[in-house]
Amino acid sequence: MGLPLPMVPQLPDGKSFGLLARFKDAQAIYRACEKVRDAGYTRWDSHSPFPVHGLDKAMGLKASKLPWVVLTTGLTGATGGMLLQYWVAVHAYPLIISGKPLFSWPAFVPVTFELGVLFGALGAVFGMFAFNQLPMLFHPLFSSRSFEAATDDGFFISIESWDPEYDEARSSALLREAGAIAVEVVENR
Amino acid sequence: MSHGPRIIDASQMNLPAGSLWRRLPLIGAVAAVIGIATSLVLRGNDEKQFFYSWLVAFLYFMSVGLGALFFVLIQYATKSGWGIVVRRLAENTAAALTVMVLAFIPVCLGLTRLYSWTDAAHLDAILQGKTWWLNSSRFLVFGLIYFGVWAFLAWWFRSGSVKQDETGDTDLTRRRVKWAGPGIILFALTTTLASFDWAMSLEPHWYSTIFGVYYFSGSLVGVFAFLSLVVIGLRRAGCLEGFVTTEHLHDLGKLLYAFIVFWAYIGFSQFFLIWYANIPEETEWYLERLAHGWKPVTVFLAVFHFALPFFLLMSRHVKRKSLTLGLASAWMLVMHFIDLHWLVMPSFEEKGGFGFAVLDVTTMLGVGGLFLAAFGFFLTRAKLVPAKDPRLIESITFENF
Repeated sequence: MGLPLPMVPQLPDGKSFGLLARFKDAQAIYRACEKVRDAGYTRWDSHSPFPVHGLDKAMGLKASKLPWVVLTTGLTGATGGMLLQYWVAVHAYPLIISGKPLFSWPAFVPVTFELGVLFGALGAVFGMFAFNQLPMLFHPLFSSRSFEAATDDGFFISIESWDPEYDEARSSALLREAGAIAVEVVENR
Repeated sequence: MSHGPRIIDASQMNLPAGSLWRRLPLIGAVAAVIGIATSLVLRGNDEKQFFYSWLVAFLYFMSVGLGALFFVLIQYATKSGWGIVVRRLAENTAAALTVMVLAFIPVCLGLTRLYSWTDAAHLDAILQGKTWWLNSSRFLVFGLIYFGVWAFLAWWFRSGSVKQDETGDTDLTRRRVKWAGPGIILFALTTTLASFDWAMSLEPHWYSTIFGVYYFSGSLVGVFAFLSLVVIGLRRAGCLEGFVTTEHLHDLGKLLYAFIVFWAYIGFSQFFLIWYANIPEETEWYLERLAHGWKPVTVFLAVFHFALPFFLLMSRHVKRKSLTLGLASAWMLVMHFIDLHWLVMPSFEEKGGFGFAVLDVTTMLGVGGLFLAAFGFFLTRAKLVPAKDPRLIESITFENF
């Protein structure tokens, strides 16, 4: 494939990727996520065709760090924008315009503002890419035929085999107990 | 969905017996009497100061009421779901505009003291060309038209909403959704012209087409700060439990934040174009505010009405806690007052610069008491929440991502 799969560590031959459990609907996956969370799993994920309100809480996910990235890139853009204009107007190409001082900061506010917004937006998009490890062209879960329903009407929980709590039989039982209508073992390819 | 069935006590839609909120009409009336009486006593010393102080207080509480009217209109126009549980509070705030016409009377009585264009003997050629607009009879007639439009809108939207509490008739909502659009157009025209008449014409030579938007932006800062404080206060008094949640506080905080930025955006836009073009009849207004002791106030507003709250209110945690949102709202209400003071007072030239007078406090107490008494009157006469609004459940269960 060429692209790395950073989420998946090197697994010994024959070891599976993990378990994939399908649930009936959004309510079922919400309750199941709470159970998996409470059982202490850390290497797992949920997959749904549409955003389920509050699922991040049910999964016990921490607040995203993306806002800090956006704040940093936004402030960088704004500062850079002001400094760039200062350098151009005062040092590189000093021109007196309508009798105003060379460093006429009000004139520089619109560009400073726009660059702050631009860098903030770019930070949001590419920060999101980085946190989600995108672009990722292949994922072991794609080897499951039933997983195709995740973009249609399927609600899934996957538990990865390198989770410290992972045990194929025990984890599978937990998922069934949590209301899974089907549980399968996904091979690591 | 996420928390299973949620049981909400319907009595949370009413003010608890013995709550101080029930006595708000009385408290407001007492404050109004004290404030107006002391203002009238102090008026003897300095009549002009009295009218200027009154004008600031009048514009201040009008702005909160107008912001509330706009909030109600936009809630219907966008068929908003989240805000249903706070809409009745905004309806009550907007309804206070009907009583605020009383506070307009001193402005009319002080016309010749406030507005130099009333002095026909001292009009230069430019101002003579403006007399078709700047004359006392048009000012008074239009003032009554503005109040007529606002009072009608505030009454019509609130009365239908209150009626729905009994009947549950969804047609009431549908008709208000339909007329909210035209209502917003009427609101925009009247608010813009009112701000031209009442505040901009203090400097009759000067004009700024964005002035109405500037007043409007401040009014929304005022109303979201006011609504946040009312919601926090009501929750402390033991009502709205289960109806207004952290999610709604968060949204009020977001809107407060958004309009703090909007205010700065409009304020800077107005300054920027005038500064850039550098035409004397336009720069006059800013020159006054960048001299005579007003410059520190201008800088203060930029820092404490915008820059500081911009960073402090950025975090969602600040907006979701009653304490921090309440402090920020109280702060913004003070800043909004200083903003309007800064807008009006430099025209009071005899005073010779920035400085608060006792009359600034007493008129705020008087007009504010009147406003709160009216708000309290409407607050105590209906449920706190539109009880049978078709989107009430959507609003109660609303969650931010």
